[in-house]
Amino acid sequence: MKRNSVFAVAREAMRQHSGWGRTWGNPEAKKAYDVVIIGAGGHGLATAYYLGKNFGITNVAVIEKGWLGGGNTGRNTTIIRSNYLQDPSAALYEKARSLYETMSQDLNYNVMFSPRGVMMLAQTHHEVRGYQRTAHANSLQGVKTEFISPARVKELCPIINIDGPRYSVLGALWQARGGSARHDAVAWGYARACTDMGMHILQKTEVTGITQSGGNVTGVDTSRGHIACKKLGMVVAGHASVVANMAGFQLPIESVPLQALVSEPIKPCMDVVVMANTVHGYMSQSDKGEMVIGGGTDAYNAYTQRGSFHHLEETVRALIETFPMVSRLKMLRHWGGIVDVTGDRSPILSKTPLGNTFINCGWGTGGFKAIPGSGWGFAELMAKGESPLTDQFGLDRFRAGRFIDESVAAGVAH
Amino acid sequence: MSTRLASHGRLINRARALSFTFNGKVMSGFEGDSLAASLLANDQMLMGRSFKYHRPRGVLASGGEEPNALINLGVESGFEPNARATTTETFSGLTAASQNHFPSLEFDVGAINSKLSRFLPAGFYYKMFIHPRSFWKHIYEPIIRHSAGLGKAPKARDQDSYEHYYHHCEVMVVGGGIAGLQAAQSAAATGVRVLLVEQTAHWGGRAPVDGVTIDGLAAEDWVAQTLAELAACDNVVIRNRTQGSGVYDHGYALAYERIADHTPGDGRPRHRLWRVRCKQIVTATGAIERPLSFAGNDIPGVMLASAVRDYVVNFAVSPGDRTVVVTNNDDAYRTALCLLEAGLEVPLIVDARPEGGGALMEAVQASGIRVALGRGIAKVKGGKRVTGVQICAQAGEGSVLEEVACDVVAMSGGWSPVVHLWSHCGGKLIWDADQAMFRPDPDQPPLGADGAGFVKVAGLANGHLRSAPVLEDAAEQGRAVGRAAGGKVQKAAVPAAMDAEEVALSPVWLMPQGASYALRSKAWLDFQNDVKVSDVQLAAQEGFESVEHAKRYTTLGMATDQGKLSNINGLAILSKSLNAPIPDVGTTTFRPPYTPISMASLAGEARGELFQPVRKTPMHAWHDSHGADWEPVGGWRRPYAYLRGSETVAQAVEREVINTREKLGFLDASTLGKIIVKGPDAGKFLDMMYTNMMSNLQPGRCRYGLMCSENGFLSDDGVVARIDEQTWLCHTTSGGADRIHAHMEEWLQTEWWDWKVWVVNVTEQLAQVAVVGPNARKLLEKLGGMDVSAERLPFMAWADGTIAGIDCRAYRISFSGELSYEIAVPANQGLVFWEMLMEAGAEFGAMPYGTECLHILRAEKGFIMIGDETDGTVIPQDLGLSWAISKKKDDFLGKRAQQRSFMDNPDRWQLVGLETLDGSVLEDGAYAIAEGSNANGQGNTQGRVTSTYYSPTLGKGIAMGLVHNGPERMGEVIYFTKIGTNPVQAKIVSPVFYDPEGEKANV
Repeated sequence: MKRNSVFAVAREAMRQHSGWGRTWGNPEAKKAYDVVIIGAGGHGLATAYYLGKNFGITNVAVIEKGWLGGGNTGRNTTIIRSNYLQDPSAALYEKARSLYETMSQDLNYNVMFSPRGVMMLAQTHHEVRGYQRTAHANSLQGVKTEFISPARVKELCPIINIDGPRYSVLGALWQARGGSARHDAVAWGYARACTDMGMHILQKTEVTGITQSGGNVTGVDTSRGHIACKKLGMVVAGHASVVANMAGFQLPIESVPLQALVSEPIKPCMDVVVMANTVHGYMSQSDKGEMVIGGGTDAYNAYTQRGSFHHLEETVRALIETFPMVSRLKMLRHWGGIVDVTGDRSPILSKTPLGNTFINCGWGTGGFKAIPGSGWGFAELMAKGESPLTDQFGLDRFRAGRFIDESVAAGVAH
Repeated sequence: MSTRLASHGRLINRARALSFTFNGKVMSGFEGDSLAASLLANDQMLMGRSFKYHRPRGVLASGGEEPNALINLGVESGFEPNARATTTETFSGLTAASQNHFPSLEFDVGAINSKLSRFLPAGFYYKMFIHPRSFWKHIYEPIIRHSAGLGKAPKARDQDSYEHYYHHCEVMVVGGGIAGLQAAQSAAATGVRVLLVEQTAHWGGRAPVDGVTIDGLAAEDWVAQTLAELAACDNVVIRNRTQGSGVYDHGYALAYERIADHTPGDGRPRHRLWRVRCKQIVTATGAIERPLSFAGNDIPGVMLASAVRDYVVNFAVSPGDRTVVVTNNDDAYRTALCLLEAGLEVPLIVDARPEGGGALMEAVQASGIRVALGRGIAKVKGGKRVTGVQICAQAGEGSVLEEVACDVVAMSGGWSPVVHLWSHCGGKLIWDADQAMFRPDPDQPPLGADGAGFVKVAGLANGHLRSAPVLEDAAEQGRAVGRAAGGKVQKAAVPAAMDAEEVALSPVWLMPQGASYALRSKAWLDFQNDVKVSDVQLAAQEGFESVEHAKRYTTLGMATDQGKLSNINGLAILSKSLNAPIPDVGTTTFRPPYTPISMASLAGEARGELFQPVRKTPMHAWHDSHGADWEPVGGWRRPYAYLRGSETVAQAVEREVINTREKLGFLDASTLGKIIVKGPDAGKFLDMMYTNMMSNLQPGRCRYGLMCSENGFLSDDGVVARIDEQTWLCHTTSGGADRIHAHMEEWLQTEWWDWKVWVVNVTEQLAQVAVVGPNARKLLEKLGGMDVSAERLPFMAWADGTIAGIDCRAYRISFSGELSYEIAVPANQGLVFWEMLMEAGAEFGAMPYGTECLHILRAEKGFIMIGDETDGTVIPQDLGLSWAISKKKDDFLGKRAQQRSFMDNPDRWQLVGLETLDGSVLEDGAYAIAEGSNANGQGNTQGRVTSTYYSPTLGKGIAMGLVHNGPERMGEVIYFTKIGTNPVQAKIVSPVFYDPEGEKANV
């Protein structure tokens, strides 16, 4: 595969860019693979990539019902942070964040990771204590965060109203190396690297059934016929329960719509990511200039990628309260995705009742930031049967009651 | 040059001249002008710069689809970026400035990007700026960001007001063209309530511009007559300047009314968001003309043929003196005829069809205009303004046959129905190959809750290009929705429309057909985002084959116009590159809103003071005038402390604690949740809600209760009082009242719907005051009215009575460890009661105290606080509250969860007291450090601080915390984190720091 660089672009510019090849393949499906991953979103592709890179397993197919990266990977608000409270979460998200730091170089594809800093505003005394607790936890977890003053908040983000009539800003948990990345590029970069290792990404291929023998999966029935595998990974987010049902087991997952919106692009006015959980809203500015805004989840379960309009009204109210300038902007577009939510709002990276089958789901509203760490740990789990990054995230925790609950610190904007 | 004509101008009022400024230059226009029309009338064709290459941009269209003419509108608190000049009505005093250039619109250094465009194809940034790593954050990205964005960021606070409006009707009709008017009339005739909205200020859509006649009347007159008839109907509401913006599930729709954008400062709200609930929706949203893709089609002066016509007919503005028309269909000939009638020059019509068109073409030819058949435009010449076109064979590769001088190119590539609203909620499209358009598939409409379609499409939007079938279709759809919405259909004649015959268009997706790379790389698809034919082809070459991938890779259709002009052309290029039929490639998802709507309209009135209005207790104003330092708590504000004189907050808290312990303190406890649970099954219900047994509580008695989630975690606590045989009053935390009320209702409504229980939240009906301290009883006895003695009102009892003549209910409960009464009075007596307590209590040293004092008092006693000691992961057993979990009950919420192996395990972090060895105060949220680190390299922990205070009573720091096996480790010293410095040593002690025997309350 052609290496990307400024020189390659310059060379191609001289010959009408005719030399660029496919970013990922469009192969015929083989009859069998060592590993089949269902779902070519960020998590599925990252899993395949690290199976190849870390364990030399490259006879891999990633099967995708639609177009790769078209689920939540391509419809989130691209926030990357690891200022989590509980140890297992902090380990996983910090691994992911650190992999984001070098992802562009690693994949030779610019995913535009921008460590511009993430702040989570504290607007009640309760929230102040919660974030102070997170700062203490992070200090032992090797996650660099600090609790900053309102004056520092204003300095880092001048468009914030820190003296709101309803909730003034009392401080913020600040992670300077958090930030954002170009979400599509993450999927595309992994897909390109997987293709480069000889893996097959089979788009427009729907899994319709899962074949089993003696407690193990033997393969998957797809719209392109049966594909056999020695190991199966299910990485399908909102439809995790649907695929698990095909394999004959149930998941403690509820799928709900989550919405986001963008404004029209304006000149740069905000260089950090801000999350305001008391009022329920978060915002950053993309490199294109749009204000990227995250909303809340619907209260009812659904598979429509839409969501209820009143959530957007609440989100926008919260943002106008926090950033008065938002009032004079216009909403360009709003959309929804289906998020798979567990009882403790933490993901599932787990073995399953089937011996050679593994599941990665339950990322809820916070999956994008975890993609490389999730792929790294899940690949290790699939290859070796265990991984320190994923061991606490097994399905067994729901039976034991060993929850990993971030609700105290994360609120809605997980 | 572009200028104002002496004739035409059906929408302007020449008697009312208006003055406005553009980039500081004073210009004039007429009432009724769009800003784009006013600018053209002042020979201002150049209106902006494109996003990526900073190419000069002139106005392209005349409506909401406009991608180029975006301006910074207004100043300061009335400023709005990215306002479309085509949909902005000119008013006197309007201030406009062009966007995205430096230093000026005419000379923009960013235009260097255009020169470098061969190095900046689609997706170039994914392939570059990778090394060295640190450069992305510090060099590349800041440069890219700096050049990104369009309009300026607003700075000042919004001066305007906004409002929401709820509208209920059976039928909503979107679009005020002839189809919308007819559909509304046919629907209204069935007797149902109809809402008709039109996004512009004017009715009739294109028909009056295009010279249609209806029932022998000029379209203009038919529109006026029909509008008057509709206005006279009681069951019809009509609104112009109101856009149907979005269609949502279950017949919910949004309409966006721009009330005062054209009359700023007149006191009316700027925008009004209509939240419409209806049974049926008709979208009569018309169609948008498609550009043609030829080299240089982005140069200012290249416009949509229909827009050129609009400016002449509606605003009496000629975009230029010499217009070359280029088309693949008959409709564009109307533009030529219109220009001729206005006395303007049309040197040539370029028709890509070898056979040309029908009657309209013949009419043009009869006027002596040359029509070049089978020809295309090879290239447009010009920089900031068109100077001419090079003509070539459409079937060739672009060899120039002739060059024609002109200053406007009017292009038409056919029409695309506006299917957005149909698609928002799941309506599907079909490809109509004959007309080269996607139109709604009537067999796959958006479905309502009953599984039936709830949107219909009428007229042009439904793929009918001629006016007679438009009206027939509109009448039919109007009747159909009326019937579906419960109306009665009457027979009525459909008005007969007449317009010129047309012959079929011939799809032209690239001009010329075999255009070279040099031409394709100058043929624009997305004018704002600078996406060209060559970019979409590159995307296909690189494997971005899904239309969604191609969109995201090239940014096609992601500009502020959301691809209204570019999407169909782009996906035709993509399908050609992939050698796949257009319908197989499909469209990207249509998302609301149809065009951008103001954020402020979404917020409506809920801004500033009305954003989450503060809940106020009856004593709120008293607190405010007595030095309250406020703290937000669950929708309320509560006094954190009452500052006196020059006291600091910490000093005030210390004073309040000592005073309450030694004399008498009052807490406004009105915010405490109060929920009445009543009915024959109320006891059974409460036994399920609480871990404790509540059904055996005796009337007149109180019990401290715990509530757990289904997962077993402690979620709320409070004192429950049994009022009578079938009535309990449950106190909740201040922040938990609404949540617990909803939680109770959810269980009653979804699981135990057959239980006879009635739940009502009476939090705001009662004011409640905690009268706390050694002098509490003395004060109440002084006020007199009810017996509050230890015998009559022992600990954990309540009684109804009067105090100083006010009806009250007194609970003998204590969250402070002191002698304490919580006294509830009717809310409207709250302030009087409070003031009486203050006055009568003066001789006993009474002072009010705030929430921080409350917290310290309870922490000194080792009482837990929901949200401090609990965080959603803590079970009652962790907090030494096993005594409050009934062993007698078969079940309660959380019981089964608490039997799981990890929760049933005594080897957990459990509640203890903590005292630093040096008397200092532990930090909030500090963790207890354990030896070593875990498999992920994180430092091990063995506990954490849950509450930490300086205790004025004890004169040192005290804390509560959860420590691994803590209760068994009394006296042990462990280390706690301290941010930025060395860990702090603290000893594990009992969590009850003060009065462990409970003597003070037991008097």
